[in-house]
Amino acid sequence: MAAERAGAKVVTVTSGKGGVGKTTLTANLGVALAMRGQRVVVVDADVGLRNLDVMLGLENRIVYDLVDVIQERCRLRQALVRHKHLSKLFLLPAAQTHDKTAVQVEDMVAICDELAKQHDVILIDSPAGIEWGFRYALAPATEVLIVTNPEVPAARDADRVIGLIEAEEKGPARLVINRIKPKLVERGDMLSIADVVELLAIELIGVVPEDQDVLIAANRGQPLAMAQDSSRAGHAFHDIARRMLGEEVPFQPLQDPGVFERFLRFISLERS
Amino acid sequence: MNSGNIVIKGIRQGLLVTLGDDDWDRALSSLESQLGENPAFFHGGRVALDVGGRAVSHTQIERVRSMLARDQVEMWALLSDNPDTQSAARELGLVTELTSSRRPGRGSARSSGQEDVKGPCAEAIVVRRTLRSGQSVRHPGHIVIIGDVNPGAEVVAGGDILVWGRARGLVHAGALGDEAAVICALDLAPTQLRIGGHIARSPEERPSQLMPEKASVRDGQIVAVPWPGE
Repeated sequence: MAAERAGAKVVTVTSGKGGVGKTTLTANLGVALAMRGQRVVVVDADVGLRNLDVMLGLENRIVYDLVDVIQERCRLRQALVRHKHLSKLFLLPAAQTHDKTAVQVEDMVAICDELAKQHDVILIDSPAGIEWGFRYALAPATEVLIVTNPEVPAARDADRVIGLIEAEEKGPARLVINRIKPKLVERGDMLSIADVVELLAIELIGVVPEDQDVLIAANRGQPLAMAQDSSRAGHAFHDIARRMLGEEVPFQPLQDPGVFERFLRFISLERS
Repeated sequence: MNSGNIVIKGIRQGLLVTLGDDDWDRALSSLESQLGENPAFFHGGRVALDVGGRAVSHTQIERVRSMLARDQVEMWALLSDNPDTQSAARELGLVTELTSSRRPGRGSARSSGQEDVKGPCAEAIVVRRTLRSGQSVRHPGHIVIIGDVNPGAEVVAGGDILVWGRARGLVHAGALGDEAAVICALDLAPTQLRIGGHIARSPEERPSQLMPEKASVRDGQIVAVPWPGE
């Protein structure tokens, strides 16, 4: 299994392409892990374009941020925002008034080392792209989650990012396929899970079906994972959280079990 | 590749160009003619230049860098035993050591095989990993890839290319002008396939039965046939 940083997992969530659901996944995994008793910090590394706070409904509670910590205007603990309902979930918000040059690789590593003393899991929401923000978000990682959509451009960017992660010798990188629409896959209008896994050739840790409730939840600041069994997507986030904690969780059928089982058989063949 | 005392070989980070014992001006002009004769091979590449023990000034480094840049070649490293040359290169933002790239492990273990190949006998290199989007391998000899070439990856060889896996990216054999070069792959479906000066795309329709194929130039066109076959 992956290495740990002072006893905690540091998991960077990244994708290359923007808009595939990194922040949604980070928010929901943070919630799901905290509901499972983990002490969790979600770190918004998207300095200048923060929105993890909004998705968690914590925007109006921010006093200090990541850049304040780095520039020593406050102590790390002062910048952590505790979640309204989950006492084990904290947010380290990004600064909105700075840009990404305010953060150095060593800053992120030092902050994660410090957080690791008090928490079990640190989730870092990486900015899109492969530039500076991606570099410092990746630096402290002990594991990486790659988020992609079942679309050719997103998969291509994910491939590029996996190459960079391998070159940095970070990882293991595991794959989350987000926003899959079973009907489109069936009609052959969307890449299937098997297509994406075949191209990227890394371990699949989760498949999240398209669900409009995810968007509604994000607008309300109430991540879907808060109510575990109310939706397929919420369930999928909890399954990923459990797999991250080392549980063996079977993949849920997306719609028609017959079709999905065929995919799964293909995937497990690939891995063995 | 070895001509005019210049030795060129593929390394993990791109191409390594070693200038021979000629004086600076002659070495430079033979490098320039190499670039001029083989634009397809160099275009878009990255070069580490090994100047040996020469004392090379700021201005000279700038000149060779801009000469390479004219042909779309990026010079990212300058290697030398001469401390003055090294510090001049560092001041210009160039890397002066190749070894600093990675600690030993997965990455460099693979590349060491490439770097052991020296001089004119640098016939083939073996790359034992999948090339992902944005990654490229360039070598004046033959290239063997054990793994896939994903879309967005590039393989450019002076000689033949053998992909023991899926070839989906850009694959260019005979990039130094050898029209007799071949490209073989277990699944040959590259975004673009080039041999010498010829360019072809894969057919839009994929055959239902996948089989290894070999591409070569016949009567001025690139054709792919089952491999082995005929």
